[in-house]
Amino acid sequence: MNPKRKQRLMILLGLATLAAIAVGLVLYSLSSNINLFFSPEQIAKGEAPLERQIRAGGMVKEGSVQRDKESLDVSFVVTDYASDVEVRYSGILPDLFREGQGVVVVGKLEEGGMLRAGQVLAKHDENYMPPEVAEAMKGKMPTETLE
Amino acid sequence: MWAFIHKLGSPKWFYAISARLQPWFWGLAILLLLVGSVWGLVFAPSDYQQGNSFRIIYVHVPAAILAQSCFVAMAVSGVIFLVWKIKIADMAATVIAPFGAAMTFVALFSGAVWGMPTWGTWWVWDARLTSMLIQLFLYLGVIALRGAFASRDSGARAASVLALVGVVNIPIIKYSVNWWNTLHQPATFTLTERPAMPVEMWLPLLIMVLGFYCFFIALTLTRTRNEILRRESAKRWVRELVADTDRRG
Repeated sequence: MNPKRKQRLMILLGLATLAAIAVGLVLYSLSSNINLFFSPEQIAKGEAPLERQIRAGGMVKEGSVQRDKESLDVSFVVTDYASDVEVRYSGILPDLFREGQGVVVVGKLEEGGMLRAGQVLAKHDENYMPPEVAEAMKGKMPTETLE
Repeated sequence: MWAFIHKLGSPKWFYAISARLQPWFWGLAILLLLVGSVWGLVFAPSDYQQGNSFRIIYVHVPAAILAQSCFVAMAVSGVIFLVWKIKIADMAATVIAPFGAAMTFVALFSGAVWGMPTWGTWWVWDARLTSMLIQLFLYLGVIALRGAFASRDSGARAASVLALVGVVNIPIIKYSVNWWNTLHQPATFTLTERPAMPVEMWLPLLIMVLGFYCFFIALTLTRTRNEILRRESAKRWVRELVADTDRRG
């Protein structure tokens, strides 16, 4: 390679490296702010602010969903299998909402650790399968892999 | 090998070689896209949780893969142009940019349409969605920067540098779902593990991805040829070619 081309290539590589370092540092300093939601464990540790709009994410605990018969009020527990957060919500839940399903809840944390939700989003996982297969696999596999 | 690459760098040779290649890629693209979309949209089984709405992956995933591949291709062309001053590389980068932007938009739009019934929202500012939106703006920035200079050469150089710097965003998009908590799910397909999807679902997806790639190659060849004719219109071989076509037509 002739020296001039080599010099240009080096300048470009240097530029790309510097850009990567700059972006990397920014992302590193922002790392906790880029997370879409707090995990129940972070909330239990008191990392999430009170009385401010936050998002909490985790699994809907099996057997924790209680629906009010007269209204759209629903309460459930979001868990990351380390800590739990109780959630109260009034409104229509997305199609994918069910026990054992990942959700992201948008709302305010109240004293006592209860989250009053304004919006519930279902989180889909990376697994896809036809209904017949899901039916056949039920009971044969531990729940974690089926969630 | 080097002689072949050097020849490929000459617009005249590229024009001749691409003429022979492009019908194959167009044919393959049409075939694969037809087979893949009919198979994926009609015959593949529905998902146990999402029902039929999961079929949007047959457009969403190939578009997202292409959006990122195009960006890398554009940046590599940019480096080749900046270092070796090969004009054909810049022509390729010029024609790839709008296609990549369109693919990014398709990925974002199809994701939003899928997100509404599945997640319960069109849009969230999570790391994956935001980094993909940044990529759309990078594409638009590269296109705009190229046009913002009086001389084509300065525009080409500025656009190449921006494309190269913008490549930093590619690993961020890829790993955003692993580094941070996001609403977007992690990758279903990895190189190291078997896919979290049965074969009757991913086979049509693979065909769609290959079809999108063939479409991308075919379109890039055809559009680069047009770009050659436009930029080299004063050259003798182009004028002879045009005169020749006129005589026959």
